[in-house]
Amino acid sequence: MNDLKRVHFFSAILTFVLAGFTLAQAQDAPDVGPHPPAPLKNMESHIGNITGHSKDAKGDYRRYCAGCHGDLGDGQGENTPWLDPKPRNFTLATFKCRSTLTGTLPTDEDLYNTIARGLTNSNMPIWNTFTKEQRANLVAYIKTFSPRWEKEKPGEPIKIPAEPPVTIESISHGKALFTKLECWKCHGPEGKGDGPSASTLTDSQDNPIRPYNFAAGGDDSRFKCGSTNADVYKIFITGLDGTPMPSFADVIQPNDAWDLVHFLRVLQVKRHSKENDVLKAAGGRIPPYVEKQAETPANQLENRAAGGGN
Amino acid sequence: MRIRKLYGAILVSVVGPTLMFAGTISGKVTYTGTPVKQKPIDMSKEPSCAKQHATPVTTETIVTGGNNTLENVVVYISAGADDANAPAQAVTFTQKGCQYIPHVIALHTGQELQVLNADQTSHNIHPLAKVNREWNKSQPPGSPAIQEKFDQPEFISVKCNIHPWMHGWFAVLKTNHVSISKDDGAFSLPDLPPGKYTITAWHEDYGTQTQDVTITGNETKSIDFSFKAKAY
Repeated sequence: MNDLKRVHFFSAILTFVLAGFTLAQAQDAPDVGPHPPAPLKNMESHIGNITGHSKDAKGDYRRYCAGCHGDLGDGQGENTPWLDPKPRNFTLATFKCRSTLTGTLPTDEDLYNTIARGLTNSNMPIWNTFTKEQRANLVAYIKTFSPRWEKEKPGEPIKIPAEPPVTIESISHGKALFTKLECWKCHGPEGKGDGPSASTLTDSQDNPIRPYNFAAGGDDSRFKCGSTNADVYKIFITGLDGTPMPSFADVIQPNDAWDLVHFLRVLQVKRHSKENDVLKAAGGRIPPYVEKQAETPANQLENRAAGGGN
Repeated sequence: MRIRKLYGAILVSVVGPTLMFAGTISGKVTYTGTPVKQKPIDMSKEPSCAKQHATPVTTETIVTGGNNTLENVVVYISAGADDANAPAQAVTFTQKGCQYIPHVIALHTGQELQVLNADQTSHNIHPLAKVNREWNKSQPPGSPAIQEKFDQPEFISVKCNIHPWMHGWFAVLKTNHVSISKDDGAFSLPDLPPGKYTITAWHEDYGTQTQDVTITGNETKSIDFSFKAKAY
């Protein structure tokens, strides 16, 4: 016991002396070039059967990502002053594209998909030149920048029910929801990104930000977080954290959400879609939406008297 | 024997605070200098809100009363009275006439926040938290209350992106001993057991000030805070 104590004592002194020596050396050393601190933790990511390791992404991060996202992951790379929108600051662990609810961490897969997909209308390109392993490693590396990844678990991915068929009724209902939920306040009545609040919007870092213009793109148009109908569904249910786009998870029912998706597709006037085909077949006009209420004689009468609502 | 001790403990913890701990720290918050004029808010883009205001509404960054008193200052015990438990009742934050009522609320970590929309327009509640998690939720008219909690102490700036003039604050604290100054600048922190305390006064634009106060028994200690108005 006594011997053990003595060993501890001497090793403590030794550590102390060595630490002092290293410190002195470090202070004497000239400051040459950028030397980012090594990630504090070895983080992992799990995408399907691939496991990503942060330590294996260091080279790729510094070569391909740090120019914009910065050596420290704070979004302050050397290109940042010239970029709009600004690169993501990974130290905040706030991400736009998630399958999880607002305020929660995204899943590894969400980050992986963002790297693969890139972010349209921004300087973040599609990184399909990376192998799956490289992308998985980068996902793990991104997680070294915020302690939230050690303290919190990613949110539960939202459940997206099967998409009902596109009908002129679903488009009509979607339009009513677009009005009622006041999507037009930012996105504009025709989805051109020119609503009354559009010009005042800023992101959470106080940088100006534009709402999505649905009408702009053609067949190749993409959303920030994907291009499928399920991606559109996900975007307004989860919200795009760090931006003015809020989550509508608490205020829209799953089937209603699909109707809204169908209407949003119609706002993409130059893009070929089944929604636009249905609209064309209906004569190019969206009929006013008639609220489906519980079928009581009283409200049947009301609906008729109102000449079909809206 | 053990049961009797337990009863004693319950008696002290339940009755004690009201009978024994009668120390109070109270005072007034004022400013010196000339505060900047608040900007008028143009709500014409939101008629349902505009019509609720007979007199023009201004921004609420600096709200003053007569005699140089300063409103909306969060005065709380930042050291000496950390409370482990959050009060059971929720704190309500209401959106009415496209304004936040009240402009500043104080919450204990873990205490329930209830956000209500009393307007005929959609709002989005967007607390720009940095320490806590940032979230952003839409709340159309007639929606149920949004219920949330914050885990970490932080002064969180809150905004509505749809109505960019709407701005408020959530003061998330580790203590239940908190008082927000009204238009007379007054604050009061009652029910303090004897001890040494650090009192912090926080204002969203003028920053923070602290003072140390010792409470020895049944007494009311008076302290005042004076903030220097910023020129712009």
